[in-house]
Amino acid sequence: MTTTLTVSDKRPEHAVFRETLAAGEPWLHELKTGQTLRILDLEGNQAVDTLFYSLADPRERFDPQRTLRRQKNLYLTTGTVLYSNLGNPMLTIVADTCGRHDTLGGACAQESNTVRYALEKRYMHSCRDNYLRACAHDGRLSKRDIGANINFFMNVPVTPDGGLTFEDGISAPGKYVELHAEMDVIVLISNCPQLNNPCNAYNPTPAELLIWN
Amino acid sequence: MDLLLEETVPGGGHTSLIVKRGQSLRITDLRGGANASVLLFNATEKSERLNLPDTLKCQHTAKLTAGHCLYSDMGRVLAAIVTDTCGWHDSIGGVSNAEEAYERYGAGRYQELRNAFYRNGTDNLLVEMGKWGLGIPDLLMTLNLFSRVDVTDAGALNFVPGNSKAGDYVELYAPMNTLVVLTSIQHPLDPNPEYAPRPVKLALSHAERDVAELCRTSCEENVRGFLNTDRFFL
Repeated sequence: MTTTLTVSDKRPEHAVFRETLAAGEPWLHELKTGQTLRILDLEGNQAVDTLFYSLADPRERFDPQRTLRRQKNLYLTTGTVLYSNLGNPMLTIVADTCGRHDTLGGACAQESNTVRYALEKRYMHSCRDNYLRACAHDGRLSKRDIGANINFFMNVPVTPDGGLTFEDGISAPGKYVELHAEMDVIVLISNCPQLNNPCNAYNPTPAELLIWN
Repeated sequence: MDLLLEETVPGGGHTSLIVKRGQSLRITDLRGGANASVLLFNATEKSERLNLPDTLKCQHTAKLTAGHCLYSDMGRVLAAIVTDTCGWHDSIGGVSNAEEAYERYGAGRYQELRNAFYRNGTDNLLVEMGKWGLGIPDLLMTLNLFSRVDVTDAGALNFVPGNSKAGDYVELYAPMNTLVVLTSIQHPLDPNPEYAPRPVKLALSHAERDVAELCRTSCEENVRGFLNTDRFFL
């Protein structure tokens, strides 16, 4: 794997928004055209499950398959344009010190946890619970709007024979990714509470979110 | 096997049907090189739908073939791939929209071409989904039957021509009442510059539940997936 890491020159003290999102919490926030969002992995190998919607028309949203086929590559990193289901650029990754982010693994849910781990895992907290809670309070989005998301900082490679592996994370404390908004968007995040997956060392941790104009 | 329905979907065509619990749908590539883009929904609660990320991660696979289950977002099995003579079905490429089809094939309007006009997978699926009250928010990641996209170590995507031969077929067993929405349209990464979608044949049959044993027992996750599915029918 060859990865080019790109450092940002943006300074946290110039950010117009700065918040630490505790492990297991949702975050729904608007990002305006031209603003930059940094998602910072504070303690390393934390999955930040993220979805994007057009603010003007939330039926327009992040489309993972279009994003992958337009760049003819499975992995997201600096230079990746995140496309919408209507074919428009939503955001561009402009800095990335981690180098790999997953688009195939999706978000955890009570129901998928019963399949993956055990029927009695149903009552553990999950990303879809976070999404539904944030959507229910916000009012603009609902279950129907929750599609396949990006897992920032997760390493889920596809093998040459078509296997899907959940590899040890390549993220680390202080790694970050920055996204430049090409349109006004709603950002919907679940800071993943998954306790059953070795990807995050069974230890969900906080993430920091920063926005610059 | 007790055949209930047989139908050919022409290249560029789209259709939808409910495969009831205990039935199976065989989809055959009649001429070779077909691609069938497919979405699945719970026919009685259509907010429940094919979730490819859940499908892939619980079976640790990116390709889909015999022995795999196709999962909904509710942890249930919408369909089980009980037979597959092709060996690889793609979960990555999705479906083109009108703009991408124009970029690849140029203009092909109904005005000049009549029913040979250039269609695209997005609009075909949206039209078919619209008949069931479904729309753009429901058009999620699609499964591309008969197509193969390889991924290199660096993540590059390579469409593999000739993955499916004339007569290759895949059989989907439905452990629940599953709405299948399907279009036979070229894969977006198929480099062929000519608009030439191939037909597929659909054959709906009654099936014995034990045809799905291979899928149910192929991993512990699928045992639980079938349990979840059966609980929906208590």
